Amino acid sequence: MARAKPKLAVWKFSSCDGCQLSLLDCEDELLAVADAVEIANFPEASRAVVKGPYDLSLVEGSITTPHDAERIHSIRRASKFLVTIGACATAGGIQALRNFKDVREFASIVYARPEYIETLKKSTPIADHVAVNFELRGCPINKYQLVEVLSAFLNGRKPNTPPHSVCLECKQRGTVCVMVAQGVPCLGPVTQVGCGALCPSYGRGCFGCFGPKETPNTPALSSWWMQLGTAERDVMRAFRGFNAYAEPFRKESEAHEK
Amino acid sequence: MKSRTIKVDTLARVEGEGALLIKLKGQEVTDVKFRIYEPPRFFEAFLRGRSFTEVPDITARICGICPVAYQMSSCHAIEDAFGVKISPEIRALRRLLYCGEWIESHALHVYLLHAPDFLGFEDAIRMGKEHPNEVQRGLRLKKAGNAIVALLGGREIHPINVRVGGFYSIPAKRDFLAMVDELEWGRDAALETVRWLATLPIPQFERDYEFVALRHPDEYPFNEGRLVSSKGLDIAVREYEHHFAEEHVAHSNALHSRIIERNSYHVGPLARYSLNFDKLSPLAQQAAREAGLGAVCRNPFQSIIVRSVELLYACEEALRIIREFEIPEQPFAKIEPRSGIGYACTEAPRGILYHRYRLDEHGTILDAKIVPPTSQNQKTIEEDLWQLVPRNIDMTKDRLQWRCETAVRNYDPCISCATHFLKLRIERE
Repeated sequence: MARAKPKLAVWKFSSCDGCQLSLLDCEDELLAVADAVEIANFPEASRAVVKGPYDLSLVEGSITTPHDAERIHSIRRASKFLVTIGACATAGGIQALRNFKDVREFASIVYARPEYIETLKKSTPIADHVAVNFELRGCPINKYQLVEVLSAFLNGRKPNTPPHSVCLECKQRGTVCVMVAQGVPCLGPVTQVGCGALCPSYGRGCFGCFGPKETPNTPALSSWWMQLGTAERDVMRAFRGFNAYAEPFRKESEAHEK
Repeated sequence: MKSRTIKVDTLARVEGEGALLIKLKGQEVTDVKFRIYEPPRFFEAFLRGRSFTEVPDITARICGICPVAYQMSSCHAIEDAFGVKISPEIRALRRLLYCGEWIESHALHVYLLHAPDFLGFEDAIRMGKEHPNEVQRGLRLKKAGNAIVALLGGREIHPINVRVGGFYSIPAKRDFLAMVDELEWGRDAALETVRWLATLPIPQFERDYEFVALRHPDEYPFNEGRLVSSKGLDIAVREYEHHFAEEHVAHSNALHSRIIERNSYHVGPLARYSLNFDKLSPLAQQAAREAGLGAVCRNPFQSIIVRSVELLYACEEALRIIREFEIPEQPFAKIEPRSGIGYACTEAPRGILYHRYRLDEHGTILDAKIVPPTSQNQKTIEEDLWQLVPRNIDMTKDRLQWRCETAVRNYDPCISCATHFLKLRIERE
């Protein structure tokens, strides 16, 4: 008898859908992936739902409501491996900007009847709530890294996603440093690679989509930015982006908040 | 009297989280609630205090499916506030980028999200077992659209190369010309798509909608034009808030929109097509006619065909722009911030997307208002269901539920966008 295909589930929390869309954006690999696994729960793509347990759960989005804080536990219980995909799931996402402010005030800015809105004070990553087997970074994730993660978990090995900075990849690509050559402020030295060092290749500075690299020296980078004439407020804003609540970025933005 | 409930807790093949609840008492519908439970993310609140330079990158994150739409509306609104005029070359390239997003988004919806409904498949993977050529054609079309966004935007999702005033840098003309062969294939494939969809069993259902879309004197609308409707509205974009209002209802995290003078309205491909048929290319018009469409289409289930007509148009338009455009001398217009209010409305794949920003003299956002297409369609979707369910009351529960889900997917709802939008439940009491 043929072995049953591994069951893949995709779950969504607070997010823009872009990271799970990355799976559908694998136009060349999608049908092969669908052959290799049983897509057991993927509401964005299918109305068919197969009950758990699941061999691999991909989780997109951050926890922002009391209901979601409960729901993630039932997903963890039903999943052999749980992998978070994207900046929302691994760092709280852009919606974690509320963590620095009063969320009730935010609700009253957007909604005429804030009392209808059920929300938590903070937007938090999945790993703050349950054990996570692997975190795939990016806003959005890189689809080739996603295929690598799927392949790794289906074959019982560790995913190969480098933790070094964007700088290293600029050098590999032969992109001239935008900060050194043009004085353009760039988060590349403290940001993990994954995008292919995209922004500098288009002549702009990195703005931190993949979050902090391992052992980032954020204060040193901030002082370089200020030597280039960047206002302290703009340094604060730069660290307060899609990975604002990742600890090294959070601490650095708070150091420049007045 | 026999009561029934149809409920769908997680509506599939839509972007984001929504639910639908329909209550029936005998033959009568007693309640329809189209609920967006996607958690609120408060973009309009945290945009306050950010620099105008960050806005296109931040608002892109509202939606992973149509980030270009958010980038376009925010750039145009901020340029409106600063009195910036962009060059004809930048304008052409923005239109090309938007063509890429329309192709990618429409191919995704037509082939992967909506066509399976009409052929009775749970999803496109299952549909692909019996219709492999169609599914592969859809994926290749989607890839052709994504290739445009990836070249000019840097990547498919959340492009990095868009800035207020234009682009950070512009790829070489030869890199654009390298896409011509695939887009020529795409144009032919889109034509085949229109012909294939015309053979699907499409339910009969029409309503007298008030269609709202942009209208431009010279072209099918993307980034510019006046806001017009099928019931006589004809206004400048900056007058939007005098004519449209948002309401906050308890069952949804998305705000419901209505036209103040009348009520619900319909945005998206059906509205754009019905108000701008004369601006489509001769080939797109001819394909629409051959598929049995008139110059106005009021059957929301035919939106899938209209979407494919727009897919055809977008491929032709992308080809035209690539062949004609000149690389601009400057990739972006010079920006001098000044205090003021800016307005913009552009045609996202799902319909008009309105942005308004108030900025100070340094270009810091003081407040922001964003009205996505799906929240504008929310009321119309509920009304469609109020009328659709009684006409199909004799269907089995499973079939009726599927028909209602299809009716919601007619709008290609983007719930992630509309949160500030869906489960389907039909209750028969």
